Amino acid sequence: MTEEIIIAGFGGQGVLSMGKILAYSGIMQDQEVSWFPAYGPEMRGGTANVTVIISDERISSPTLTAYDTAIILNQQSMDKFENSVKPGGVLIYDPNGISKHPTRQDIKIYKIEGAKVATEMGNTKIFNMVVLGGYLSVKPIVKLENVIRGLKKSLHERYHKLIPLNEDAITMGMKNVVEVN
Amino acid sequence: MAELRLMKGNEALAEAAIRTGVDGYFGYPITPQSEVIEYLMAEKPFERTGMIVLQAESEVASINMLYGGGGTGKKVMTSSSSPGISLMQEGLSYMAGAEIPCVVANIVRGGPGLGDIQPAQSDYFQAVKGGGHGDYHLPVLAPASVQEMSDFVPVAFDLAFKYRTPVLIISDGLIGQMMEKVELFEQMPRLTDEEINERYPWATNGKPAGEERRILTSLYLDPHKLEKNNFKLQEKYRNIEADEVNYELIDCDDAEYIIVAYGSSSRISQKTIKLARAEGIKVGLLRPITLWPFPKNPIDDLVKKGVKGFLSVEMSAGQMVEDVRLTVRERTKVEHFGRYGGVIHSPEEVLEALKTKIVGG
Repeated sequence: MTEEIIIAGFGGQGVLSMGKILAYSGIMQDQEVSWFPAYGPEMRGGTANVTVIISDERISSPTLTAYDTAIILNQQSMDKFENSVKPGGVLIYDPNGISKHPTRQDIKIYKIEGAKVATEMGNTKIFNMVVLGGYLSVKPIVKLENVIRGLKKSLHERYHKLIPLNEDAITMGMKNVVEVN
Repeated sequence: MAELRLMKGNEALAEAAIRTGVDGYFGYPITPQSEVIEYLMAEKPFERTGMIVLQAESEVASINMLYGGGGTGKKVMTSSSSPGISLMQEGLSYMAGAEIPCVVANIVRGGPGLGDIQPAQSDYFQAVKGGGHGDYHLPVLAPASVQEMSDFVPVAFDLAFKYRTPVLIISDGLIGQMMEKVELFEQMPRLTDEEINERYPWATNGKPAGEERRILTSLYLDPHKLEKNNFKLQEKYRNIEADEVNYELIDCDDAEYIIVAYGSSSRISQKTIKLARAEGIKVGLLRPITLWPFPKNPIDDLVKKGVKGFLSVEMSAGQMVEDVRLTVRERTKVEHFGRYGGVIHSPEEVLEALKTKIVGG
């Protein structure tokens, strides 16, 4: 199994940390992982994306031009990455802030109202975990228990009290992902 | 069981420095390697092992701190990125001349000049042909994964002290900034002053009673004495060339074509090889792990086996390709492909170059 993922959005949306938690989850179940970030020098507010690869085999290139899954969180990233999804692949996006919805017919498209769900849950910072939940519902490549173990590894101990909230956010994301086509 | 972590290449290098029992790190921040000194300052190795971490006032100062620390037999290290490494060349030449061990990591970025902060491999010439003035070489190790960013630190120190020379670890912003799984090795002890005195009879730790003064210098005003020092250095370099070549061969057994690539280019090229083989093109990868000494014999063996062409894939305008050509000596085709200035080539671009320049060319 090899899953090649691009997660793309604005800096500050938690794109990089979502990728990191996913990568850690892969390690927790003895897989090979790579995480390669790309962001503008301006960071917050600028575009940010991360390529995450989870595989049972040794990973070759950590940078790619075609992906099994694209998780897209703003319009710039939609413009840039919709066409980079491999035929038969998956595109998951948050429609909040998207003016031009994806149109490809040869891939599976899902919507996740990450920003809306996070706001309803009373904490916009868990937005990325809602989106992660949506992804894991579509592609259960890592087990939820390993995601929680990954969270524990990637969060400083003083934030461990937030793990139950993050777990709830993932669960809410799993419930709220909608197939579009 | 070994400790598993998800780390950036730069962080793995920094943690490995602590675990190798390094005595001092003297650095100056520059993107894309600043995580090295950031990690060390946060990790406080001065509390864990007694290792000193100091932000010098400049790269020139940090390399000269290595001259002083290495001269006393201590394990000392610095890291920087291309423009900073250029500033260190004078110090490296002096240390090569005075035979002072140290380890320097270059997390290469796009150049020339101030360039940009994206990954590149355009410091190859500087790394393998000397870099500073005078007749010298530095052993150069090229990690291709975060794991190797960790593993090559103790290897570099072994070489540095075995041959009394600065050793260069050359990586780039891709390996430095990416995160992968790392198995960390066990903490090694720092040497005591007594152990240093026993092992390194050249270390300038004060004149022991009844012995001659220990002098570390690269200044020999008598040309015959300087030539003698050069003979000694050249003999050392021939020994390193004979004994320390390191490389990896991937899918070369049945290969008709060979990609030669190191560091992040070798990772990208491994994907190209998968794509090429899916189309029936038999291509393998020769990955130099030591850039100097360069793996000439394995290339020679591949030529003798009848390989039809070599493609040197580098994030530069074509530097390593010269060493490949020197080895192949026109017996078969050698071409270069690379993007530069911080642009990372895609596996598909490399495949296209392989087809047009080598297979069909």
